[in-house]
Amino acid sequence: MQTHGFEEILSRHPVFAGFDGDTLSLMAGCARNEHVQAGAIVYFEGDPADRMYLIRHGDVAVEIGTPERNPIIVETLHPDDILGWSWMVPPYRHMSQARATTDLRVVSLDGACLRRKCDDNPALGYMMFKHLLPHMAQRVRALRLQVLDLYGTASS
Amino acid sequence: MTVQPASLAADPMVPRRFRVDRAWSEIDGVRSMELRPLDSGPVAFEPGQFNMLYAFGVGEIAVSLSGDAAQRDRLVHTTRAVGEVSRAITQLNEGDMVGVRGPFGTAWPIARQTGRHAVFVAGGLGLAPLRPAIYHVLANRADFAGLTLIYGARSPQDLLYADEVARWKSRFDVEIEVTVDHAAPGWTGRVGVVTTVIDRALAGVDPALVSAFLCGPEIMMRYGVMSLEAAGVGQDRIWVSLERNMKCAIGFCGHCQFGPTFVCRDGPVYRHDQIAHLINKSEV
Repeated sequence: MQTHGFEEILSRHPVFAGFDGDTLSLMAGCARNEHVQAGAIVYFEGDPADRMYLIRHGDVAVEIGTPERNPIIVETLHPDDILGWSWMVPPYRHMSQARATTDLRVVSLDGACLRRKCDDNPALGYMMFKHLLPHMAQRVRALRLQVLDLYGTASS
Repeated sequence: MTVQPASLAADPMVPRRFRVDRAWSEIDGVRSMELRPLDSGPVAFEPGQFNMLYAFGVGEIAVSLSGDAAQRDRLVHTTRAVGEVSRAITQLNEGDMVGVRGPFGTAWPIARQTGRHAVFVAGGLGLAPLRPAIYHVLANRADFAGLTLIYGARSPQDLLYADEVARWKSRFDVEIEVTVDHAAPGWTGRVGVVTTVIDRALAGVDPALVSAFLCGPEIMMRYGVMSLEAAGVGQDRIWVSLERNMKCAIGFCGHCQFGPTFVCRDGPVYRHDQIAHLINKSEV
């Protein structure tokens, strides 16, 4: 796909919709389309976190497992959600496992490419920070509520 | 508005005897039962109200009405076994007797929402007090602009009324979003807290048309209201149902005092803007 195609996809994404054309063009240079079959692993825990995925179609289960028990799905992600934050945070390794629960189409952005462009262009870095942080904060808030185990003694 | 059947209006402290017609398990630790009055008189309630159920020789607790208010010959209650009385109630079987006082409290103003998009946000057993209002909308679907149910539970095994929710989901004129806090691989539904689903569920819905009804853990309702407000739904169009320790159920004993109100008499259903200043306080 030509990069202007990615620019258009990024410009319609809720997180990146406010980015100007030049910024979108810079990001589009790091993008590619990917297709993952239902049931396939997108990445394993501990894998290098070298990509960020914008989900276009399909669903993903984020799982955490231990040797003593079966994996637990802690979150599912759906169209317009972003999968994979660890590319932003050293040591750039995934902290969970992601599995496609349906056929999945994503735009994936090369993390190293994005980091390099952010280092070269602090304005881009600030834009990324400003737009991604609220999305991440929302996810952290949701996970805090999950930790509370709200429904343990719910009323009737 | 509180409905007081004529037979109870004289002395709301005197229980009426009901027979358990059917009793069945819903999920682990949660049972439903269908009750019919021994006096064969009518029963009447509005969606959102509760009864005081008396397990003879054990004690009395408040339990919301979870059946269809259009059925005037029976009551349905869903109870989780958490204490001595609720455990006794969940152990009742067909033919057993139970004392009933009520109905008490305020109702979901669902009958006054004609033309509006009814959004129900339920967490855990919070679906039980909402179910009569959902029945009303389903039975009068053409009178409403839409029906959306967002339902969250701890895990797939904890989903209340799962078969019935699946039947509702198969209808083309309702939107149902079910989510659980965590699941084992194989679960193909959504995982995440109920509040994260609100934005998506309301995409494409005119927020000015929404009337929202929330029931579940208070912190879930707090964050749910925040999500609804962020989506453009006014606080005067959001109703919540609160739970407190209710004893007399008529606003005398003070056990359920909530600021200047008594939950048994002035609630359990409140319009959110009327209690927003109280709901976030740690000591009320």
